[in-house]
Amino acid sequence: MNSSHDKVMTLEEAIARFVTDGCHISIGGFTVNRNPMAAVYEIIRQGRKNLHCYAHSNGTGVDELIGGGCISRLEIAYGGNGKAAPTCIRFKLAVQRGQLLVEDYTNYQMALRFLAGAMGVPFLPTLSGLGTDIVAKWGFSPEMRANHPELPDKKLEIIDNPFGAWGDAARVVVVPAINPDVTIIHVQQADRNGTCRIEGLNFADIDQVKAAKSVIVTCEEIVEVHQLREKPEYNSIPFIHVDAVVHVPFGAYPTACHNFYDYDPVYLKHVSHFAKDEKLYAEYLAKFVHGVKDHQGLLNLVGKGQLDTISADKTTGYAIGLDRR
Amino acid sequence: MEYTLKEMMTIMAAREIDNGDIVFCGTGLPIMTAMAAKCINAPESIIFFETGAIDPKLEEIPMAVADPRVMYGAASNSGLLEAFATMQNRKTGRRVIGILGAAQVDRYGNLNSTCIGEYAQPETRFPGSGGACDVASFVPRFLVFMYHEKRKFPLKLDYLTSPGYLDGPGAREREGLMPGGPTAVVTNLGVMHFDDDSKEMYLACYYPGVTPGEILDNMEFSVDVSRAVEAMPPTEVELTILRDRVDPHKLVL
Repeated sequence: MNSSHDKVMTLEEAIARFVTDGCHISIGGFTVNRNPMAAVYEIIRQGRKNLHCYAHSNGTGVDELIGGGCISRLEIAYGGNGKAAPTCIRFKLAVQRGQLLVEDYTNYQMALRFLAGAMGVPFLPTLSGLGTDIVAKWGFSPEMRANHPELPDKKLEIIDNPFGAWGDAARVVVVPAINPDVTIIHVQQADRNGTCRIEGLNFADIDQVKAAKSVIVTCEEIVEVHQLREKPEYNSIPFIHVDAVVHVPFGAYPTACHNFYDYDPVYLKHVSHFAKDEKLYAEYLAKFVHGVKDHQGLLNLVGKGQLDTISADKTTGYAIGLDRR
Repeated sequence: MEYTLKEMMTIMAAREIDNGDIVFCGTGLPIMTAMAAKCINAPESIIFFETGAIDPKLEEIPMAVADPRVMYGAASNSGLLEAFATMQNRKTGRRVIGILGAAQVDRYGNLNSTCIGEYAQPETRFPGSGGACDVASFVPRFLVFMYHEKRKFPLKLDYLTSPGYLDGPGAREREGLMPGGPTAVVTNLGVMHFDDDSKEMYLACYYPGVTPGEILDNMEFSVDVSRAVEAMPPTEVELTILRDRVDPHKLVL
């Protein structure tokens, strides 16, 4: 596994193999950027249930997984999605109705937890959270944690600085490592073995990948191995971490993919409108997710004219003058 | 020159930014403030985002901190770990000023952006900390945007997401937090600062046409108004730059 063999497969096959009911999952991207949306919609189409999801600020992807009925437990720092949904709508409704068990952390804490997972250490320290309810209030009770051996016994812990006052800190908050069963990211370029090149911000994608037991990469372009080896310093992830490579143009749509396309304000606004109402959201899922065979089916419904409006400018990496009101 | 409330709030906050500050901001009025300060009173300030973009060109206004517009022409594009390290780094961290919003703020400038009601099943759920608790924990000063309403200035927060001065003088130090805290709360009616000794919020200025009494009527707790003066409205120069250079397409303002 993870050797230099050809890992290219269909998205349907990758999700069927690596995303199972009840598994622990994390997805890449941040709010309206580079969420692996084709994979998210395929997970919903395949009807996965009871996923335990780890997120820092995944807006669109996590909210659709919640709306699609796939997630039952969520560890998250931020459930917002820019202008389209200052608080993610399906997230908000699910929490208020008690349908989703949530554990709140900060973005830095979640990034550290993925890093700890990637490094293979049990926890990492931070000075963030001292004196707050992020430390004091737990979403997962100690009893519930005790019944789930795959979860740490504690949300987090404050410990004295074992080095005295070294580093000007008397106490630190330690946050437990995350090792998801599967991480899914969307990147600009990958080769058939799984080496990835991410353009623009990487958010926490690289550590999310390295922390995971299995990794699915979806990509805009599959390129030749030698092409990525010419400038290895521009590569983000070596193939040894990756299990599946799936070629999905517009695979982050309706979120952005730097240098390829912008986020689609029209589609995001449209989803937010439907997400507020049960009947409308069910109709939306029936038509745009369950009603299509694959991501290309969704793109066909959206139409080439709409996709042309978000095509990225070569210099800036986004769609100049895109109507974002 | 006539001006809108959002323009007033943006300019009042921008005046709190110093030249040379490294400005951490979110979207909406915070990014307007950072861009206005850079164009008007703090040309050498640097804008950065928790997503990892440092000093981008910002030729168009980003509508999310992960908007591809924060990536163009940046000094570096990295990720969350690097962005939060910038706030704690011994050389850069002490220059960082945060600009935050919240659902509630208390008298010590502690913020709630998580929920109203019981945490387990709240009446209203908000997005959560994101990087807000991190920046409030790490940096020497931050600004807060709020709208003045009683429920947004409560006696007690429903959830303490981001630390201000906690329960008063010395509390941050006792908890082990870095020295810091909020320096201003900019609202639709005026600007509040924090007393150096008591760490409690007080009214620093009220906008033309607003009275201190009206501000007190829109808060659950009471604050000292004895130091309050009428705010200086935005000047013609400030407004012209704001309209022509910062938000010409009126995406935010």
